[in-house]
Amino acid sequence: MTTAALSAGELAAVRADFPLLGRTLRAGRPLVYLDSAATSQKPEVVIDAELEFYTQRNAAVHRGAHQLAEEATEAYEQARDEVATLVGAATGEIVWTSGATAGLNLLAYAMSNASAGRGGQAARALALGPGDEVVVTEAEHHANLVPWQELCARTGATLRWIGVGDDGRLQLEQLADVVGARTKVVAVSHVSNVTGAVTDVPAVVAVARSVGALVVLDACQSVPHLPVDLPSLGVDAAAFSGHKMLGPTGVGALWARRELLEAMPPVTTGGSMVEVVTMESATYAPPPQKFEAGTQMVAQAVGMGAAARYLRELGMPAVAEHEAALTRALLDVVSRVPGVRVIGPTDPADRLAVVSFVVDGVHAHDVGQVLDDQGVAVRVGHHCAQPLHRRFGVAATARASASVYTTLADVEAFGEALATVRPFFGLGGAA
Amino acid sequence: MSSAMEQLYQQLILDHAKHPHGKGLAGPGTGESHQVNPTCGDEVTLRVHLDDGTLDAVSWDGQGCSISQASLSVMAELVEGKQVEQVEQLGETFRALMRARGAGLSEDLEDELGDATAFTGVAQYPARIKCALLGWAALRDALAQAGVATKGEQG
Ligand SMILES: Cc1ncc(COP(=O)(O)O)c(C=O)c1O
Repeated sequence: MTTAALSAGELAAVRADFPLLGRTLRAGRPLVYLDSAATSQKPEVVIDAELEFYTQRNAAVHRGAHQLAEEATEAYEQARDEVATLVGAATGEIVWTSGATAGLNLLAYAMSNASAGRGGQAARALALGPGDEVVVTEAEHHANLVPWQELCARTGATLRWIGVGDDGRLQLEQLADVVGARTKVVAVSHVSNVTGAVTDVPAVVAVARSVGALVVLDACQSVPHLPVDLPSLGVDAAAFSGHKMLGPTGVGALWARRELLEAMPPVTTGGSMVEVVTMESATYAPPPQKFEAGTQMVAQAVGMGAAARYLRELGMPAVAEHEAALTRALLDVVSRVPGVRVIGPTDPADRLAVVSFVVDGVHAHDVGQVLDDQGVAVRVGHHCAQPLHRRFGVAATARASASVYTTLADVEAFGEALATVRPFFGLGGAA
Repeated sequence: MSSAMEQLYQQLILDHAKHPHGKGLAGPGTGESHQVNPTCGDEVTLRVHLDDGTLDAVSWDGQGCSISQASLSVMAELVEGKQVEQVEQLGETFRALMRARGAGLSEDLEDELGDATAFTGVAQYPARIKCALLGWAALRDALAQAGVATKGEQG
């Protein structure tokens, strides 16, 4: 292991930052939390940031001239700055959303509004119509699939996609055939929430650029786990959620290049996003405020800022290095249990610590139940990726996923519990 | 394994899951229902085979966890040969069992449910209740499709 990883002492200190990890479950069992891809636990600094906001600074932001309003606005904008810094973005290019789902819908609806003629000349390039195409992948979370299906349905554009290979990786070579002169958007996830595979983003960008298509990145599963510099990845926009990166629920961020944010017509309209309003019409504030209508989730934004700072102070290279060891350990324990098949790459290179699997002869729900009985929390189901599960001929998988606070001991405990599943249902140790 | 687990996965449930009763769709049926559990993707297609107010048989096909498969199997066995109103009553009783948080029901009601009382422990696991109810939901809907249901949607 290189010096970048967390030392045992640093990892123990990290765990001590997360109050919930210390709780016990039914029958006093210690918690082995392996469901961080669904939502992460929160360090005390995040909980405290929200508490401090409510007990010391609560006021409406960007309105009013009193001291509290000034302090609240400052905390809110500093949080934006923290999130921007974590992903290498300019502060003014971060739009607060309620989460990744909302961010991806915001993009799709802005294009929809452009297609309906809103946004003037600047938005023309974002308009879609019959004959235009949107390209996605078979691996997408429903949040990066259904909004594009709906956009196509509203505008008459056509949805196309590339497949996933038996190894769980995107078949990027298909992009050459699927992306064409009429492609307006290519939307892909940076890391699959099922297979854990990391997408070769520059390869996607190269193909999309050659036809002038926008690249939208679902960065939900990468920002909490890898050093990510969004502008240098070459994509045009990216969405991620606070609650998966140690922050609160109810908040997320949409990043987009300034020119794109300026060209996009607003989606949710109302107070706080306008300049001049008459009875007939309105003019809009510059981005990001143009996309932040109404009273925002200020305390949660402040919490997400604290989470971004916490990650940055740990150092994303160290986080990634620590989690790479967990990826290897997870793949290793799963490969040692007979009758278990991984859905996704079994090679730890270019994949993160999100391991979905099926147990021969035992439904994922039953797998999850046996693990839960031993204090091991995993996710079971289709993980909001039905097409991907269909592609592998399964209705549901169980998924173990790690975060910065996960330990090798957690992975060992998971392996031991997993080994009891088939025997519990009267199936042999061998497949 | 904890005792709660042994209560959840009783031998009767494991046996029914392994050798399910009524599995495999038979004949055209009088009414049919397709139900999915959107959180886990479990699915069932169920047919009722009625003869003048009597449920001759229930046949079904689907995939799911051991709880949903065993519940379908036990249900198919339990309702065979019963009058529609009796079947509806059994459905209500089973739904009450699922609301009982593992405490079970009165002796009389449990006698009516027979083997289906093996699912008592499921009610302690809120996430699994819908697994046990998948088949019962399909049965209720299939009776409605057949035009013989005497009650509206409830509980
Ligand atoms: C890859 C991916 N995209 C999008 C989402 C949606 O995120 P949220 O539910 O926070 O909006 C998730 C979370 O489940 C995810 O894993």
